[in-house]
Amino acid sequence: MAHLLLRHRDIENLADLAVYKKHGGFEALKKAVTSMQPEQVTEEVKASGLRGRGGAGFPTGVKWSFLPNNTWPHYVVANADESEPGTFKDREIMTFNPFQFLEGVAIACYAVGANEGYIYLRGEFWQIAHLLDEKIADMEKAGFLGEKLFGSDFSLKLYTHLGAGAYICGEETALLESLEGNRGQPRVRPPFPATYGLYGKPTVVNNVETIANLPLIVTEGATGFRKNGTDKSPGTKIFSLSGNINKPGNYELPLGATFRELIFTCGGGLPEGRKVKGIMPAGASSSIILVNDENFDKVMDTPMDYENVQNVGSMLGSASVIIIDDTHSMDWVISKTVHFFRHESCGKCTPCREGNFWMLNIIDRIGEGHATPRDVTLLKNVATQMQGKCLCALGEFATMAVVSAIERFPEDFTTRVKPA
Amino acid sequence: MSLVEKYPDEIKAVLAKYPPERKRSAVMPLLYMAMREEGFVTKQSMQEIADLLEISTTDVAAIIGFYTLYHDKKAGKYRMQVCNDLPCALRGADQFLESLCGNLGIKVGETTPDGLITVEAVMCLAACDKAPMFQIQSGSGLVYHENMTVDKTMELIDALRKGGVEVK
Repeated sequence: MAHLLLRHRDIENLADLAVYKKHGGFEALKKAVTSMQPEQVTEEVKASGLRGRGGAGFPTGVKWSFLPNNTWPHYVVANADESEPGTFKDREIMTFNPFQFLEGVAIACYAVGANEGYIYLRGEFWQIAHLLDEKIADMEKAGFLGEKLFGSDFSLKLYTHLGAGAYICGEETALLESLEGNRGQPRVRPPFPATYGLYGKPTVVNNVETIANLPLIVTEGATGFRKNGTDKSPGTKIFSLSGNINKPGNYELPLGATFRELIFTCGGGLPEGRKVKGIMPAGASSSIILVNDENFDKVMDTPMDYENVQNVGSMLGSASVIIIDDTHSMDWVISKTVHFFRHESCGKCTPCREGNFWMLNIIDRIGEGHATPRDVTLLKNVATQMQGKCLCALGEFATMAVVSAIERFPEDFTTRVKPA
Repeated sequence: MSLVEKYPDEIKAVLAKYPPERKRSAVMPLLYMAMREEGFVTKQSMQEIADLLEISTTDVAAIIGFYTLYHDKKAGKYRMQVCNDLPCALRGADQFLESLCGNLGIKVGETTPDGLITVEAVMCLAACDKAPMFQIQSGSGLVYHENMTVDKTMELIDALRKGGVEVK
């Protein structure tokens, strides 16, 4: 299948404006601005069934339609904070196919009536931010950004903004706080960004990959877009494959492709013929899918879309699929994820700040061989006490691997603790 | 010399990105500017940024403290930030980090005696398929080094020591 999002893999130098234009670039933006009303664009995106690729899977067109038309200005903010352990797809899009992404941002701005759009990149994407600044300047020179685009009344400016190392800024309200010059701590919702976003104005926050789909939807229409994927999860998705795998990397597949296809056909299986022990399909925030001889085929034949991954006890999330082989113990795996969340907890709400602190203490004790079976029970208790009590999803995410590891891989813990 | 004296046009361009009544948004780009020469934000720059944006120095310090890429203390000329999060660790990042530190004779978080390299362990850098990997943060910016081995890294450090590599 030809790539739709990773088109640079089929077309050389797609990051060059002339090349991008030669391959149909900016035709979608022109079509939207010159022949469609903003509401029509929103309706088309709604009909396409495009769902947010950052992890939540919320329908993009529906998210846009929440913006009230009595408060102005509106803003579009592209979420390029890509920080979930196991995710590295937005980086590839922005580096090698930047114009498809930027054209998408422009289309989103037109649809919701925003004359200014911000691209919030994690601080580590310093080189990419500089690259995007150059590409934005190229677009301005070529008349695809700026005043009165294509002779219409629509004017648009895009700006990049670099974060500085904080996973929490991928959460949309924390991202907006950061963009406003504050510490990146989530806001209490409601109100949601659609009504009270950047500078208190109606704001759309969309993930980079979500946005990169927009030119396709405008060009092909909702029906064309639905040619790939499933009815409830249409389109293609970039799966970031990492961990114990022969060929790690990004693979663009239709939503609903199976784990088998990703892990064995694309990824070439596991090194040294080792067995899959666990899969984390949504990065460090995943419940760990247990894989053994008994359920191997069931898991491998599960379609990777927003509905079916739940049937094997996890979530698709941002589709950052981490493969764990049978040489690793799950107590070590969760010591890594808890260490991550302990570091990234923003400190605003108590269950997350304290919960992660104590989870790390206990998991360290287990790792050092000083723990008793009671500590494992305590660890699970702390995790379940955090659930449903945090201001944003980070606190919840931190518990997913912990609870699933203890429940599904109990022997990895019993062998690590001293008898009571 | 103050930041305004050093980078007058750049500061103007940064402020122009945000609504005039929302200039606090410029605190992050200005902090990067302030780190450009020394690799950390001096007290003087902190005060200057606070004055420019009409916020308190405490506000500026809170931003520096919250985000991992801002520093208020001097470290090595190059901060070598190795990712050893789960996906990288599954591909040997912990062993890489340990033997790199062994080769340099320092512990994680320490700086080589010549003041050239500080080795740090950091959270996911979105390069999980190219582990072991690290980024080098220096005053002028950040660069990724992917699919690394200890040998390749020691060669890179030698080149940095001789000043033969443009890290920008």
